[in-house]
Amino acid sequence: MLAALGFRLGQMVLVMFGISIVAFLIFFATPGADPSARIAGRNASQETLLQVRHDFGLDRPLPVQYGLMMNRLFISRDLTSFVNRGQLVVPTVTEAIPVTLSLVGGAAVLWVLGGLVVGVIAGATRGSFVDRALMILSLVGVSVPVFWLGEVANLLTQSRWHDTWLFSWVPPLGYVPLTEDPWGWFKALIIPWFTLATLYVGLYGRVLRASLIEMMQEDFIRTARAKGIGERRVLLHHGLRTSLVAFVTMFGLDFGALVGGGALLTEVVFGLQGVGKLTYEALQTLDLPMILATVIYAAFFVVMANFIVDVVFVFIDPRARDVR
Amino acid sequence: MVNVIADQPAAPVRRATEGPWRTAWRKLKRDRSALAAFGVLVVIVIASLAAPLYARYVSGTDPFVTNLNGEIVVDGTTQPVLQPSTEGLGLGTTPIGPTWRLGPYLLGADNQGRDVAARLLYGGRDSLLIAGAAAVLCLVLATFLGVVSGFFGGLVDIGLSRILDVLWAFPIFLLAISLSIVLIAQSIWIGPFEIRSGSLWLPVFIIGIVYVPYVARPIRGHVLTLMQAEFVTAAIGLGASPWRILWRDIMPNVVTRIIVFVPLILALNMMTESSLSFLSIGVQPPDASWGTIIQDGQGLLYSRPIVALAPGLAIVITVLALNILGDGVRDALDPKSSPRGV
Repeated sequence: MLAALGFRLGQMVLVMFGISIVAFLIFFATPGADPSARIAGRNASQETLLQVRHDFGLDRPLPVQYGLMMNRLFISRDLTSFVNRGQLVVPTVTEAIPVTLSLVGGAAVLWVLGGLVVGVIAGATRGSFVDRALMILSLVGVSVPVFWLGEVANLLTQSRWHDTWLFSWVPPLGYVPLTEDPWGWFKALIIPWFTLATLYVGLYGRVLRASLIEMMQEDFIRTARAKGIGERRVLLHHGLRTSLVAFVTMFGLDFGALVGGGALLTEVVFGLQGVGKLTYEALQTLDLPMILATVIYAAFFVVMANFIVDVVFVFIDPRARDVR
Repeated sequence: MVNVIADQPAAPVRRATEGPWRTAWRKLKRDRSALAAFGVLVVIVIASLAAPLYARYVSGTDPFVTNLNGEIVVDGTTQPVLQPSTEGLGLGTTPIGPTWRLGPYLLGADNQGRDVAARLLYGGRDSLLIAGAAAVLCLVLATFLGVVSGFFGGLVDIGLSRILDVLWAFPIFLLAISLSIVLIAQSIWIGPFEIRSGSLWLPVFIIGIVYVPYVARPIRGHVLTLMQAEFVTAAIGLGASPWRILWRDIMPNVVTRIIVFVPLILALNMMTESSLSFLSIGVQPPDASWGTIIQDGQGLLYSRPIVALAPGLAIVITVLALNILGDGVRDALDPKSSPRGV
């Protein structure tokens, strides 16, 4: 078991290394995408270009540039932004993490609860009207672009129905730190939470339903029924428990991807200064060190999530212990 | 009782069995929601293709030309397309709202005085085109990689799988955004083909490649299981060449998998395209897609919400129809999904 974990850990480090190289190559070695031209601005003279190139170390060989960047990112942690001179990259990213974690964490609670409720009810009432209605709603949830849903939410809560009793409590767009004002934090995030969770409630509900229905045809369910266990207990204790394996895998990956910048669109629409929005702004100004830091940070979360899922798996599913 | 059957000479009974395609088609025809979804998609495609006709004969305006000083006649009164703003300080202008009748500005104008309804149809054309072309690119690449990796195994497999692993772990959306940012402002060369900056093929290329790992991995896994199947062992035993096995035994089984992916990848592509265009790194002006129109409408969200609402609804309907169709196709083609014993 330890060997399996060690193997995964090694694989994880390799994948991280690969990702940092891919990210670096995309921004520094794509033919025609000269970072110094972007920094120097349009119509910069040849001397300015050369000067910029030298200042930022862009005239060195690529492997050296890569090494320097990684060194300043991970070891000395003094990597500075290309655009806002003097702005340290690592603290800027660290400051944005609580915002993203608040957004994704709250949404995750909503979508896990919502997905469980939808999946179990639909699975238990398979083929009924309730099941069909829930599945259509889930499919609609999966089909709505999150940024558009966010805009519709803003339209209703900030403008159209803002003066009615329903949404008069909604604060203006932006983030309120949890440590300063917990209630304000909650009020500022509740609409973004629902917006972000919609897609995943639909997704998880559908997956859980399918997996429940498959499980309920297994032999061990028949055995449980034959022993005289009530249908509700069979469903929740035998069927649901085994179905949750797929659920846990999906949750780990989605959570990692969202914390790692997947919530970008939600953050942009609701004006939340999280890692996603930071990435977006850095991308627009082509602030390479910032982009590299956020992308590697994001990949780190995704790979971490993968790893944690694997570890959790070893504990909840004994069959996974012998497999690499 | 006389045993009639035993007295008869054993006549070989050969029932013509139904081919897998025919079974799938029969199942799909019975699936009413999938058929309805398909109908909706056909209507959307036709409407989008008719965009130039609409712009010419119904709206009568060029949806790509700004119309800041234009005037139109509504209910007998002449109204400017961009009206003086009545909100706030009264500065600036608000585009005309929906007239809700066939003719110019059915859905109103955007902040450059362009006809939203006509732009919606043109936008649909680009959105569908990009989603379709990117799906073809993605499926071709993914099939190639997945089949090669699964069929030949060994070093090829290890190399390809590791590359796919890295891409898989790369947050898909960040990858698309990164590529768009770097590539959108310049022309790139792919072999002999030049993609000009601002070309529609750029989002096609980007969206087409980012989902490759998502499709290639399951295809590789499927090929690996097929290689263990008895009919492949039998073919090897009969001395069939690797090419014959690949084309006659593996590919027909892989093709059904790929078809199941088609509507789902189309839906994913639509979503990705609109997100990228919304962030203004997808379709570039003067071209319009549903995503860019939502972006145009963002500034008008509280005064003329229809500009952002209409294209969003179009995306929701199209993607929903694709997802319903996708469910239907999967149920029809995937034998595992049919209830046991049927």
